[in-house]
Amino acid sequence: MTRVESPPVRGGPAGGRVGDSPVRPDGTPKVQGRFAFSSDLHAEGMLWGRTLRSPHPHARIAAIDVGPALAIGGVSCVVTAADVPGAATYGLISADQPVFARDVVRYEGEPVAAVAAEHPDTARRALAAITVTYEPLPALTDPEAAPGADPIHPDGNVIRRIEIVHGDPAVTGDVVVEGSYEVGMQDQAFLGPESGLAVPDGEGGVDLWVATQWLHEDRDQVAACLGLAPEQVRLHLGGVGGAFGGREDVSMQVHACLLALAAGRPVKMSYLRDESFLGHVHRHPARMRYRHHATWEGDLVRVDAEVLLDGGAYASSSAAVVANAARFACGPYRVPHATVDAVCVRTNNPPCGAMRGFGAVQVCFAYESQMDRLAARLGIDPVELRLRNALGPGDMLPTGQTITGTAPVAECIRAAAAHPLPPPPGDGLLERPGGAGRTDDPGRTRRGVGFAVGYKNLLYSEGFDDTSEARVRLEAGVATVACAVAEVGQGFVTIATQVARTMLACDAVVLEPPDTVGVGSAGSSSASRQTWMSGGAVQRACGLVADQVRSALARRLDVAPESLSLTEDGRLVGPGVDVGVAEAAGDEVYEASAVHRHRPTTPLDGTGQGTPDVSFVFAAHRAVVDVDPDLGLVRVVQIATGQDVGRVLHPTQVMGQIEGGIAQGVGLAVMEEIVMDGGLVRNPSFTDYLVPTAADTPDVLATCIEQPEPDAPFGAKGVGEPPTISSTAAVAAAIRAATGVDVTRVPIRPWDLV
Amino acid sequence: MTVLVPDRLDDALAALADDPAPTVLAGGTDLMVELNYGRRRPRDVLSLRRLTELRAFHVERSGAGPDEVVLGAGVTYTALLGDELADLLPALAQAARTVGSPQIRNTGTVGGNLGTGSPAGDTLPPLVALDATVELASAGGHRRRLPVSEFLVGPKRTALRPGELIVAVRVPVATGAREFLKIGVRNAMVIAVASCALVVDRERRTLACALGAVGPVPVRDHDAELWATTRLDWDATGPPHPSVVEGFARRMAAASRPIDDHRATADYRRHAVEVMARRALERAWERAA
Amino acid sequence: MTRRHGTRVVDAVYELTVNGQPRQVSGAHAGDSLLHVLRDRLGLPGAKNACEQGECGSCSVLVDGVLVCACLELAEAAAGCEITTVEGLAPAGGEPGDAALAGDVLTDVQQAMVEAGGVQCGFCTPGFVVAVHDLLDRVPEPTTLEVREALAGNLCRCTGYGRILAAVDQVVAVRTGRPS
Repeated sequence: MTRVESPPVRGGPAGGRVGDSPVRPDGTPKVQGRFAFSSDLHAEGMLWGRTLRSPHPHARIAAIDVGPALAIGGVSCVVTAADVPGAATYGLISADQPVFARDVVRYEGEPVAAVAAEHPDTARRALAAITVTYEPLPALTDPEAAPGADPIHPDGNVIRRIEIVHGDPAVTGDVVVEGSYEVGMQDQAFLGPESGLAVPDGEGGVDLWVATQWLHEDRDQVAACLGLAPEQVRLHLGGVGGAFGGREDVSMQVHACLLALAAGRPVKMSYLRDESFLGHVHRHPARMRYRHHATWEGDLVRVDAEVLLDGGAYASSSAAVVANAARFACGPYRVPHATVDAVCVRTNNPPCGAMRGFGAVQVCFAYESQMDRLAARLGIDPVELRLRNALGPGDMLPTGQTITGTAPVAECIRAAAAHPLPPPPGDGLLERPGGAGRTDDPGRTRRGVGFAVGYKNLLYSEGFDDTSEARVRLEAGVATVACAVAEVGQGFVTIATQVARTMLACDAVVLEPPDTVGVGSAGSSSASRQTWMSGGAVQRACGLVADQVRSALARRLDVAPESLSLTEDGRLVGPGVDVGVAEAAGDEVYEASAVHRHRPTTPLDGTGQGTPDVSFVFAAHRAVVDVDPDLGLVRVVQIATGQDVGRVLHPTQVMGQIEGGIAQGVGLAVMEEIVMDGGLVRNPSFTDYLVPTAADTPDVLATCIEQPEPDAPFGAKGVGEPPTISSTAAVAAAIRAATGVDVTRVPIRPWDLV
Repeated sequence: MTVLVPDRLDDALAALADDPAPTVLAGGTDLMVELNYGRRRPRDVLSLRRLTELRAFHVERSGAGPDEVVLGAGVTYTALLGDELADLLPALAQAARTVGSPQIRNTGTVGGNLGTGSPAGDTLPPLVALDATVELASAGGHRRRLPVSEFLVGPKRTALRPGELIVAVRVPVATGAREFLKIGVRNAMVIAVASCALVVDRERRTLACALGAVGPVPVRDHDAELWATTRLDWDATGPPHPSVVEGFARRMAAASRPIDDHRATADYRRHAVEVMARRALERAWERAA
Repeated sequence: MTRRHGTRVVDAVYELTVNGQPRQVSGAHAGDSLLHVLRDRLGLPGAKNACEQGECGSCSVLVDGVLVCACLELAEAAAGCEITTVEGLAPAGGEPGDAALAGDVLTDVQQAMVEAGGVQCGFCTPGFVVAVHDLLDRVPEPTTLEVREALAGNLCRCTGYGRILAAVDQVVAVRTGRPS
């Protein structure tokens, strides 16, 4: 058996309970460069796999000749669609995407073949030697045209349409503001490339170490395509270099396994950056039309919204993204009457799917732009208008669902607005718009302040049976936690150790390497769900272990178990007894598994009504920008935020999520876009797809609004997505304030402002 | 592929006389990307890493004309930012500061910037505005010099002949104010959308301007320079007359030949040139006073 | 060793000096980057492969004490240079042991990155660690703007840089004895 290093991570010393800020258990190997990311893995005798991709956005494949590639010394094997033994297609929600294109390619970068060779450079030469005869077809690249165009896929060009009709569609307001808005295609741009190592087991099965967001879902999709039983395909988490939604879909997983099984040797695949840009889904570009009705006093009466998302060539998670865009299209406000028509279409553009914020980001830019227009029309302060309409507990949403949990929208707004404003720009080059380019004329710099509020759901919605499983073993004072959570950087590994320490009053916690072998699915590391779902699973399993210890202690003390109560900090307390669970366990071994489920939700009905969501999370952002109005160059100076977090479990990690999410929101506001031209990606590199550097990110002032969510373990809400939702809209508003230019599209480019 | 790592310049030139000549690797910030991505497969690569003689610079005193800074082709951007060179060649230092990141500036060289000849090469507009010359050497002791403006003949095309190596850039030391402005959508690590280098010498009453990333090679317009030179009131103490500034900026914008690409629109580039030329002139005028 | 016109032609097997140790390189292709050779021939994966075009800094290493991107260095040309990777930064005696339980020796920068929350997914982290050491060796007390400019070549997609800047601040505070 090939040995692949994937050691357990160990929690640090005591003092790291819920609410503390213990160091990450994987922090030390990460700063030493010893942490094994999926692209760092190595196996004896391994080959390098590479993918051949379509250069055309739409073309028929007339012929593929792999012979010349096989003739190259050092090339082990080549696989194409003809070599896929199981399901020819895969997909998160509907299996509409081919493992390899067979007759037709539908986007630039669609995989056509893969090779395995002794050296990555040999593999690359082999790709160049494969002859694919393409007959280019007209590319459908305009999403507006997609519904009426000839289908480019057997499943048709409309991936999903959602209509919400809420209240009385005939009601009108005193004031109406309208607008059209656009959001460009953002990329997750995680730093760790798609990568993994597939190792055949010699018995027809395969082990795959891979960077993913959801091991068990990948396992099921890979097994189906390989024509193997799920237990013959064992997935192990390779270190994940960021995800942000971009690793929800299968990328190289099936290809690597096919190559490894064909070669009978381990195969490693690791995308280069240009391939990464083509090899994962992006945030959906959006076109939106809005009409807001309000009273003269500023109460929202009605919102009409049309949302068009470009899903690209394959469905990915588009059906869920467009449902989110529809449900949150009216913003975190009381809107008694609403019509929403949201559609996601198929085109020959790159497939789009999950990215942090998941459909809520695009509509937030539109509805917050509308709120500013409305405020201007009514002569009301934008912050006041938002406070006046802010959702609260018990309010009804456009889906007809009533908010039963916490909804501190007004508190978020007030907290963001209460932060001090930054001083005027100093003389440092990097304090000026244009930075080291020295373009700034201090006399011309204009400062602007903008405000935005956003929200979305936590956890999976629309009736999805969402679960996570954990197993906890307590032995000799050490808690060992098995849970198949994909740690993608978010810090679940820290949270898991905190939960175990808190529940069991133990010091040492060991996390087993996540895989699909020893424990059930933890669900996806997405939808801000792992703290709640897998934190909940670990909490439950710990609770079961604590119960066992309590029973044993009761037997030892010869008292009724009920006479011993388990405290919130993991102590067993009764008459004359006060002892931590771990201490009470002594040398006995206790073990328990638990599955956490959130309460059930329902699908939307034909008018978009139902109880689709479990819980909601909110944030407000105030952005301060300096703009050079003559050159359209922007410096984002400061972002202040108030964020609904339920309860802070780890202050440092919460701050890290807030700052990191804001950086991505700022990126979408002023620089991040995959530029498309006739279905071709023009900037698949970090040279031209610009993400904010340390010289670009603003100072962040954050207030966490702590109102424990009744249903959530420890009362904690996920914190990863809200920072990204309304920070973009806030920056756009600030730029409008600074320049007077009515920008309706993000990212805002210099030429949009001059 | 074979890799050659000569220790002496003469050995490098001898190797370059081979047919086909090996591909020259200077800092590596351009060529290594091509190699990493399999976009180029040269038969032989000649690395300049050990040619320490190319990393030096000195000032050559001249009796008649201005002194010249002779920059070895291997002088890095970081070296251009050093106190002595930044003092002698401030516009080059300003340009160097906008190149990539510290890592790139430690690696990339002025010779490499010239050899690649990208329209967006950041040192090229200052070199052109300063009337720098490039010094080329080949086996057998052959040397020739070309103005940078003649050396650059098109996008990523130069007048380098087979067997020739860029060994130095000779930059006249200007006495007036030198300004470099560059537009990028990010504060660091950004390819120029447009750039502008301007030299104003109030004693000699000269003005020179070169634009980057708005044409196949750096754009100079001697007519526009002459137009401004003859209209500026060189004896005045205050700011230059707005009509001269505006007219000069408009002329530079008209001289630019920008394209639409994924980094910017041609219209924006033209507009940006006008703004930068205006600001550069105002700033340089004041500084030169 | 073969020579052509007096120039050494780098052989299929050559030697690099990495973290003070001479290391034989074999099996590499001519034209391989130093990054590839470090990671895949010498078993030193600390330098990361996020872009391989010099735009992310995740492969930052020191070559003869100079901060560079290993992906832009031709491996053969680095022969004869002193190469320092993140694996070679910890003080002597800091042999990798079991991270949290056995008390590894970390540099002050590494320790601060962990403590201040500068690490999330960690892919950029080794590059940042090398770059911060380089910065503070050259500029012991940088301003925040100097830190931001000096670290602009190291992309991080998780943290928004806030906790990384805090880590740098923590190191400077300890080194200079001023309150953080």
